[in-house]
Amino acid sequence: MRLVLSPENRPIVIASLFIVVILLVGTAYTLSTTGTAPLLSPRYLLQQLQTGSFLGICAAGMMMVILLGHIDLSIPWTLTAAAMTATAIGGEMALPTALVVGLSVGLLNGFGVAFLRIPSMIFTLGVDTVLRGLMVAQTGGFAPQDSATPLMLFLAKDRILGIPVAIFVWAAVSIVIATVLTRTGFGRSIYATGSREAAAYLSGIRTRLVIVGAFVTSALCASLAGVLLAGYSAKAYQGMGNAFLLPAIAAVVLGGTHILGGRGRYVGTLVGVVLIVLLNSVLSIMQMPEAGRQIIYGAVIIGMLLVYGRNLRVTS
Amino acid sequence: MRQSSIKRWFFQNVGFASALALLTVIYLSYNMLHPRGFSSAVAIQNTNEAAAIAFVAMAQTLPVLLGGLDLSVGAVMTLTNCIASVLVNGSPGQIALGIFLTLASGTAFGFMNGCIVVFGRIQPIIATLATGAIAIGLALLVRPKPGGDVDGDLGWALTNSVRDFADTYGIADGGDAWWLRPFADIPVPFLLVVFVTVLVWVPFRRSVTGRTVYAIGSAEGAAFMSGLPIARAKIAAFTLGGFFAACGGLYLAIQTSSGNADLQQAGAYTLNSIAAVVLGGTSLLGGVGSAVGSLVGAMILRVISFYFRILDIDPLLQPLIEGVVLLVAVSFGAIRTLRVKNKLDLFR
Repeated sequence: MRLVLSPENRPIVIASLFIVVILLVGTAYTLSTTGTAPLLSPRYLLQQLQTGSFLGICAAGMMMVILLGHIDLSIPWTLTAAAMTATAIGGEMALPTALVVGLSVGLLNGFGVAFLRIPSMIFTLGVDTVLRGLMVAQTGGFAPQDSATPLMLFLAKDRILGIPVAIFVWAAVSIVIATVLTRTGFGRSIYATGSREAAAYLSGIRTRLVIVGAFVTSALCASLAGVLLAGYSAKAYQGMGNAFLLPAIAAVVLGGTHILGGRGRYVGTLVGVVLIVLLNSVLSIMQMPEAGRQIIYGAVIIGMLLVYGRNLRVTS
Repeated sequence: MRQSSIKRWFFQNVGFASALALLTVIYLSYNMLHPRGFSSAVAIQNTNEAAAIAFVAMAQTLPVLLGGLDLSVGAVMTLTNCIASVLVNGSPGQIALGIFLTLASGTAFGFMNGCIVVFGRIQPIIATLATGAIAIGLALLVRPKPGGDVDGDLGWALTNSVRDFADTYGIADGGDAWWLRPFADIPVPFLLVVFVTVLVWVPFRRSVTGRTVYAIGSAEGAAFMSGLPIARAKIAAFTLGGFFAACGGLYLAIQTSSGNADLQQAGAYTLNSIAAVVLGGTSLLGGVGSAVGSLVGAMILRVISFYFRILDIDPLLQPLIEGVVLLVAVSFGAIRTLRVKNKLDLFR
C-alpha cells in the first residue's frame, strides 16, 4: 500500500518524523555518554514543553498573520510591554491589563497595515521600536522591580495532575486558534484573503477587518506569552521577548505554512514549535557551544525546507 | 524640454526625491543648531557613524528590489566584522590580503544565499533567516569573545579626513600638496561609500543583470517570458548584497578595531537596514528604488540620532522619539492610498 500525502500534510509528517529522529539521536547520545535516557522520560519532556509553551503561544498568533501573507515583527516588545505593564499594575487587574496592551498594539498594527496599506514588515517594525521606546522611558532602561502576581506565577509554574499549567494555557490557545481557522467564517476569510486579497474583497469579504483581526490575535497571543514568561521568571525584564521573534517565524514555516500566505494547517505550527524546542534541548544536552547551535539551527531550517518547502518555478 | 525631463524624473522618483529633501533639511538644520557650527570634525564624526549602516542598507536594497528581503545582512556584516578583526593586521601585504579575504567571504556568503534562493527555490525571507543564524554561528567560531587587532594606521587613516589619510601614509607631502588641498577636509568614510557606489552599484544597475533585477521585482513572470537571465540576476543580487554587507563589516572592524559576534547587534543592523531602504524610497514590493536612495535613508536614520546630542533630550526618551519618527516617516507612504482611483489597486 502506498501512502499518499496531500501537499498540506506532507510538511507535517516529515517534521514529525524529524522530531523522532532528534529524540533518537539525543537518546543515543545520552545512552553512550551517561547510560541514561532522560529525553524519553515524560517528566523531562513536560518540562521542555513548559518552556516551549511561550514560543508556542507566540507562534500561534504569528501564524494568523503569516496566513495573510503579512508578518508581525512587533512581537518582542508587545510581549515585553504586556509583561512590564502587568507586573507594574499588579493585583487582579494584571492579566486584563496585559491583554488590553496587546489589544491596542494589535489594533494599531492592523490599522497601519489594513487601512494605511503600509507593508506589515516595516509598520510592525516601527511599532516595535515605539514600544521599546515607551518601555525604556517608563522603566528607565532597567528591569522593573515589580514582581509577578500569584495568578501569573500559577499560570506559568504550577502543575495540575503533574502537568504544568502553562501547557494547559498553550493547549487552550491552540484549540481556540485551530477552531477559529477551520470552523469559523473569520478563519476561512483569513485563508481567502491570504490567497488573493483582491479576489476575497470582490467576494464580499471585508478584508481590512480580517487583517485587523489577525493582527489583534497575534498581539493578544504575544501579550499572553509575556504574562506567562513574566510569571515563569517571576518578573519582567528588558528584552525578554527578543528570543521569540525569529523562532516563532521559523516554527510556523517549518510547520508547512506558506510565508506568502493562504496555505497551512495549525497542527503544522504545533509540530514546528515542538521541533524547535526539542532541537534546542538536545543541543543543550550535548553541551553544544552557541556557535554550533546557531549553525545547526540554520542548517536544519534550510534542510527541512529543501525537502518540502520549495516553491514552484515562476514561468508565466 | 529640459524642464519636462526634470519633472518626469521627479515624478518617477518621488520617494527618493522626498528622502533627499528631508535629509538636506534635517542635516542643514542640524549643522545650524550645532553649537560649534559646521566643521570638518563634525562631518568626520557623522560620516564615521553613518558608514557601516549605509553599507548594510545598500546590501539590503538588492534583495528588496527583487521583491524579497534579506534577513541575514546584519549577520553577514557581523561575520565579516569578526573575520576582519582577525585578519586585517600585520605587513601591508597581509593587510591587503586580509581585506580581500574579508570582502571575499562576505561575497561568498551572499552567493550561497543566492544559490539557496534560486536552486533551492525557498522564499528569500525565510532562507536568509536561516543563513543568518549560520553566519552568526560562524562569527562566534571566528571570535568567541569580543576583541581583535586591526592595524592602527589603517584605522586612523580611514576614519579621518583625506589630509590625515595622506599624512598617515606619507603621500602628497603629508597631505599638504596643493592639488590635494581642495579635497583635504573631506571625510574618508564618505569617499569610501561614494567609491563603492560609483564603482560597484552604478555599473551593476546599468548592466543587463542589474536591469533584470528590477524586472524581476516588477513582474517575475513577464521577465521570464522576455527571456531575461532570471537565475543569474537573483544570484548576482544576493552576491552583491553579501559584498556590500562585507564592506560594512570591514568598515566597522576598522572603525572599532575589534570584532564582536553580537546577536543583538546583528538583528538591530538588519532591522535598521530595512527601515533605511524604505525611507530611501525603495518599495518593499520590489522593482522600484535604488541603493543610492538607501544610502540617503540610512543617513536620515543617523542624523535623527545626531540631534539627541545637541538638543539635550532626556536619553531615556531617545528610543521613543526614534521609533515615532520612523513610524511617522513610513506612514507617509499611506498618501498612495489617497491617490488610488480603483480600490482593487490597493490589493497588490
